[in-house]
Formats: sequence, structure tokens, C-alpha cells
Amino acid sequence: MKSFFDRLRGKRTKPLPAPANVNTFPLKGEQLGLDSLRIVRVEPQQLISGCGQSIGKQREHNEDCLFAFSATMGGEANSAPLGLYIVADGMGGHQYGEVASSSAVRTMANYLLKRFHSYMVNPSEGMEEPLQEMMRTAITEAQQAVTQAAPGSGTTLTAALVLGQQMTIGHVGDSRAYALHLDRRVEVLTRDHSLVKRLEELGQISSDEAAAHPQRNVLYRALGQGEVLEPDIFTTPFPQPGYLLLCSDGLWSVIPDDTICNLVAAAPNLHNACQSLITAANDSGGPDNISTILVQLIG
Amino acid sequence: MSNEAREVDSNIQLTSGVTLVNRYVIQDVIGVGGMGSVYRARDLHFPSVVKLVAVKEMINRASDPLVRKTIVQNFEREANILATLNHLSIPRIYDYFSEDNRSYLVLEFVHGKDLEVIINETPGFLTEERVLGWAIELCDVLSFLHSHKPDPIIFRDMKPSNVMVNPNDHIILVDFGIAKPFQIGQKGTMIGTEGYSPPEQYRGEAGPLADIYALGATIHHALSRRDPRLEPPFSFAERPMRKINPAISMELEAIIDTALQYNPDDRFHSAEAMKEALTAAGRKTGILNRANVTTASVQSSGGIKPLWVFQCEDEIRGAPLYYEGAVFIGSYDNNLYSLNAADGKLNWKYATDGGVVTRPAAFEGDIFFGSEDQRLHVVNARNGKVNWTYYTEGRVHSSPRIAEGHVFFGSDDQHIHAVNLSSGRAAWRFETAAPVRSTPYVAHETVFAGCENGDFYCVDFRGEMKWHYKAKMAITSSPCEADGVVYFGSLDGSLYALDARAGWVIWRFRMGKGSVASPYFAEGLVFIGSADGNIYAIDAHTNKEAWRFKTEHQVSSSPVVYKDALYCGSADGNIYCLEARTGRLRWKFTTKGPITGSPLVFDEIVYIGSTDHFLYTLLA
Repeated sequence: MKSFFDRLRGKRTKPLPAPANVNTFPLKGEQLGLDSLRIVRVEPQQLISGCGQSIGKQREHNEDCLFAFSATMGGEANSAPLGLYIVADGMGGHQYGEVASSSAVRTMANYLLKRFHSYMVNPSEGMEEPLQEMMRTAITEAQQAVTQAAPGSGTTLTAALVLGQQMTIGHVGDSRAYALHLDRRVEVLTRDHSLVKRLEELGQISSDEAAAHPQRNVLYRALGQGEVLEPDIFTTPFPQPGYLLLCSDGLWSVIPDDTICNLVAAAPNLHNACQSLITAANDSGGPDNISTILVQLIG
Repeated sequence: MSNEAREVDSNIQLTSGVTLVNRYVIQDVIGVGGMGSVYRARDLHFPSVVKLVAVKEMINRASDPLVRKTIVQNFEREANILATLNHLSIPRIYDYFSEDNRSYLVLEFVHGKDLEVIINETPGFLTEERVLGWAIELCDVLSFLHSHKPDPIIFRDMKPSNVMVNPNDHIILVDFGIAKPFQIGQKGTMIGTEGYSPPEQYRGEAGPLADIYALGATIHHALSRRDPRLEPPFSFAERPMRKINPAISMELEAIIDTALQYNPDDRFHSAEAMKEALTAAGRKTGILNRANVTTASVQSSGGIKPLWVFQCEDEIRGAPLYYEGAVFIGSYDNNLYSLNAADGKLNWKYATDGGVVTRPAAFEGDIFFGSEDQRLHVVNARNGKVNWTYYTEGRVHSSPRIAEGHVFFGSDDQHIHAVNLSSGRAAWRFETAAPVRSTPYVAHETVFAGCENGDFYCVDFRGEMKWHYKAKMAITSSPCEADGVVYFGSLDGSLYALDARAGWVIWRFRMGKGSVASPYFAEGLVFIGSADGNIYAIDAHTNKEAWRFKTEHQVSSSPVVYKDALYCGSADGNIYCLEARTGRLRWKFTTKGPITGSPLVFDEIVYIGSTDHFLYTLLA
């Protein structure tokens, strides 16, 4: 019997060697019609995402960390897409910057996904705890993890928990969440916890001065620093139609908002969009690590 | 990286029993800082008595031997300066030494608690008298440091945790900037968490006036209980002292404001000048009668005359409706009244067989309202003639909501009813677990309503449940919806924000007591009254309290926002007009009975009923 199947498969019992040095010519997005995703009706409603990351041109370590998770359940009337997206930027001059960002991201993802696991298995149980309180606890846990794993270090943390049409955002530091609307409107959803931004808000310095300020990297809030931490937590509708963009300052400090919008609009899909953002940041000098996550709610 | 990792590993705290330089026996850790720990130790040079000292440890993390040496030299120079300081509010320095990569400073052991602990342990606000006493002593010690020769000493790190309060309630300044040489330069993204430091200090320009600012911030924290490290930097002006703690005198508030000025030139020019201002304020407030300093410019009810009033035969507990030049209001006297909106003259009245506590609704010339006689009544708006009635099997306290050719309302018969407007027949009834007194909210082909056992239902237009949520106690409050989020209050004391599509709890805001009042959404804020007497304004996105306004009794009335003002009644008998953004009182008008009904504002006029039987009309 076995030989029969072997014959069916052409007796190929050993796998082919991996095509190490073979050049392939994949079709471009437009040839495959991927960009038509924006028009085609999609069911069930789902979250799709793309990510990009680069060490940049001037740093020796990558101290950024990102996490993207999307889940879809089709079939039930009351099911809604679930997504969790996190970007963290470990502190450059401190010890263990990459330990700080990765332990913050892992701890937070672990905590939130555990909370949603039972719900995904049995949605009728419902969830008692408010999403914003879950987010707050997740950030507190991440803060403890950072303090333990890498004392003296710090990290930014920007997380979006998307459930149905609403997203709950938790934010500390100067990574950012953007809503990119199809009409090219760019909305910065988060507020940088940076000293220079604060001075700019107070009208003490202009935005040009802020961009060149020697202390533009100084944060007044970060995970792992100080015994007290007050994260920004808020809930807002998912930009639809449009995109959610999470990124570290390696992207936004060198690429203007309208360029971000144009690059995303020009790309055939979310993965390519992230890569063109990264390339643009590196072409502008790549002074820092770069992380991007783009998310779209379709259907 | 690897070098730094090893340094962190060597960053081990001393354990009790360890003896340093054959003299100081470590007993306990009393503090942990960025540079190392602070220990309580016993000095063995005094064998016959227990002499306690504080030993501050600083770990030298520099890897370059030359840099290490410079750091130790700087430390020793600073220690020598501090050792010469002689002031009651500065701990004495006894000794210093270095071992391996650590340097130690031996200081007077201060008994007592630091101010941060005191702030956190005190249940209410600290008294002005106590804080004023400490502030004067702090000015005194700062003045001493600033006048040091040849160079002034800048403390640089004034904050509650660096101020010890001894058992005699005097202050001692601890943790001088002696550790500064150990903070080796950092590259890239850095962190400054201060919260108490002035703007110029972040530019590296810390003069005596930086200490003045930080002292202002410390006093602000002590009196307001608002930790500046939790707020954006330099945002004290957004938290005026007396707005948070009205018991504070205007004099002291003005002094704190001056100390916290953004530009150093606008602050007190010296600690001595600030000390004089504090002393003068203390003398003045000691004489002034504090009761006179309450809000002055608020218009009292005496200044406001109603445009007209209308008296019913019993209490008004419902809310009015304006429709085509007439005001419609129900009363406990079983009637629905139609009044001329211009002069309050009676157009007609329509009698039911029970009290009318609902807010009427209008549609195409008809007025819809429920009554405790278990019916929904539909009468002609012009003449008050009945068109049709619809029977439920319980009293109707829930107000009708009209949408998509149907009228939706709840009843004590434990149903949400959907009645066809043209036929007057039930389209469907949705069975609930308890009476429904909450007014349904209808949007996006869904109906939301609370229930007296704490259930909250989301029902589709076919009368089938989409989702449900259970609060701990009754939801009499009527929901409202904005941007896909539905808001309602509950007797369990919470204001809930739920995802309108799926019922997930987005946030929950805890009020002092339960609420039967309904929330109102406007410009990103959710407003709601509570039995704790407050009217709250909550940021819809962040769940943060924007403001609260305390009335004299519980608030069952549901607030309404018109232009930039919020209108709400209270069981204390007043209708309040507050600034919607800030909660500041604009005016109030006193009726002769508790107000439990909700106002209507239309065309610059406020209509509100009271349990004193009157409907009042006031200029908005």
C-alpha cells in the first residue's frame, strides 16, 4: 500500500534540496491583484497586518521589539476579530535595552493573550474586566518584568488591543500610534512623553527647534524607570477605512507624516508598505532602530 | 554590553551583619537609589552605646580607570564641602571612604518619615498650617545653602522623598547631590522622571531659583496630593491649588504660583524672599476668617427670575418635551399637560389613570408617553385627543423612543416593547428578567436598555438578543451611545462604557454611590449624576475624571448640555448651570422641592419640573 502512494507521488521519498542559490521572480502585487483587496468584499471581518524592522544605519544593536497577533473566527453571528500589536523601544545608553523591550513585549502579550484565550474558546463566559483595566494591569506586569530582568534600563511601550471596531491603546514613551485615513489625513493617536514635545506643547520652543533639540531623546515617562508609572490608556474606533500604524521613533523622527501616508498608499500590500517605510527611514540616515506595524480592518 | 552586564552583577546589596572598614555594622536597607543603597548601620567606635548612622553607598560603574579615579575625587571634594555645613535641617556628615568600586558616606541617622510617605499615609489633605511650617523651614535651609561661600550650594533635588519629618515635626533635608559624579554620561534615549524640576534644569542650568521651583512643586504635591511625576512636566498651572483643595488660602496659593513660574525671573528672587512671603501669609490667614473666601462672583438664585412657571396638582418627576410651540410635561397628578411655550398658558391637559413620570416623545403630530396606569398613550399634539393606547402588564416608567416607524419603551411587566406607529400593534416584545425602567436607546438597528436586576440588553430590530451584560445592581439609568460605545450608570456605583456591537466592557468609572441618572455625551465627555451628590464629567476615551461638581444632595436628574453649558437638577432643590468643560458654577436656581426630573433646553430656555409641583422656565 505504501508503495502505491509512493508511486502516486512519483516515488519522491526524499525532499528536494532547498533551492539555496536559485533566483526566483515572484509576481508583483498588482499582477496578483492583491491591491484589489481594498475593493473586494471580504467575509468574515478580519484584521490583517504587516511588520517591518531594521537596526538602522548607525546603531550596533537592535533594541526595538515588536509583536503582532491577529485572530479571526468566522461562523458565529457575534464573533469579532481580535488583534494585539505592540512596539517597544529599549533605552539606548542603558544596559540591557533589548532585554527591556523584549521582556516588556513578551510579558504584555503573554498576559493579554491568556486573558483572551478562555474567551476565544468559550465566548459565552463573557469578560467581566474592562479592557482598559486589563491594559493597565498588562502594563504594570510589563513594568515589573522590565525592572526585574534589566534593572536600570527602560523601554517605551505602545500597544493596541483591537476588538471588533474598537481599539484600546496603552502607551508609555515616544513610540507612536497613528490612524492613517484614506483621504491622506494622518492622525497621531498617542502623545510623546518626551521633554522636548512637552516644551513644544507649552509654546516654549518651535517645532523646528524641537526637531533639532539636543535633548529630543529625553523621556519623562518610560517602562522600568521610577516607582510610579502613569500610562496613557484610551479607547477609540479603529480607523476604517484606513490603517493603524505603530512605530518607534526611528521611523517618525526622520519621515514626515505625508511621506508615511504616500508610501503606504503606494504599496501593493501591508508588508511592502512596511518595507518601504523602513527603506525610507534608512535612506534618511537611519539614525535609530526602526520598527513598524501596519494593521487594516477589512470586511 | 558585556562590561555593563558584569557591573550589574556586582551590584549586590550589603546584607545585615557585614562590617565596613572595621567600624560600621550594616543593620538594614533603608533606601535604594540609582547609584546604590542607603543602609542603617551601627558605629562600633561607640561600644557602650548604640550609635546609629546612615551609610550611603555609591557604586562606581565607569570602566575607564581614569574616569573612575576622577569620579572618586569629585565625590571626596563634595563630601568635604558638605562636612563643613552646620544647620539644624541638614544631617551631619561623619565620615567617608571608598572600597573597591564603591564609595560610602556616613551620615547622621534621621528618625522620622519622609514627606512622601506622610502624604501617602494621610487619608485626607495635610493641613495648611503644618505644610506652611515645613515650607518656612525648607526656605530657611535653602537660603542657608544658597548663601554658602565661596560658591552657593544648589540642592538640585528638592522633592517630598528627600524631606524627612522628624518626630517633633521639623524637617531635615536628606540626599544631597553628592551622588552626582557617579551619574556617568548616557548616550541616545535618556530618561528624566523628575516632575519637581524646573524647565531650566533640563537644560543643565540649575541655579538657586531651580530649588525655589522644586520647593513650590513639593508644597503643591503635599497640599494637593497630586503627584507631579504622574502629570506632564510643568503642568502645575493646569491644577490650581484651590480647585483641588478649596481649604487652602488664596495667599498660600499665590505663593505656590509664584514659586512655580516657568521663567526663573518671575519666581521669588531668593529663598529668603519666599520665606518672608510665607510668614506674611501665615500671619494674615491667622487673622482672616476663612469662611469669607468662598466663591464670590456666582449669581445666586435671587438674581434669576423664571420667565414663567406652571403649577401642577402633584410632583413633577419627568422631563419636558418641546414640540411645535408647546411644552409637554407629565405629573404625578396623572395628567399630561400641553403649555404654550411662550407664556406658560395651558393649551390642554389629558388625564391618565396613573402618575406620568416619563418624558414624552413626538412624531408626526402625535405625542407618545407612558403612565403608571400600565399604558402607552398616543394623543394629538394640538388638541390632546387620544389616538390610541397600548396596554402593558406593568407600570410604565420608561420613556418612549421613536425610531424606524416604531416606538420602543420598557415596562414593569419585564418586557421591552416595540410598537408599530401606524397600527398601534406590538411588533415584538422582548422578555427581560426584571422590570425595565430605563429608556431604550435606539441606534444602528439595535435597541439598548437596562433592567432592574442589573441586566443590560442589546436587542436587534427583530426582537432577538444580540448580547447582554450583567451589572451588580439595577440599571435604571437610560443608556446613550457615541462612536460605537454605549454608556450607562448603575445602582452598583459604576458608570459603564461598553462596546456597542459586542458588549465588551471598555472601562468602568466608580462613583461614590449608585446612580439612577442617565449619562449625557458631548464633545468627548460623558456627564452623569450620582446619589453621592456629585455631577461627574468623564473623558470618554481615557476614563479619566475631567471634573466633578458637588451638590448638596443626591443627583437623580440627568444632565443636558446646551452650547457650552451643562444643566442638571439635584435633590437639594437646585437646578445648576455649570460650564461644561470645567464644571465651574455659572448660576443656580432654587426650587421649593427636590428635583429628580431632567431639564430640557430649547432655544435659549431651560424647562425643568420640580417635586414642588412647578414647571420652571429659565433663561439659559
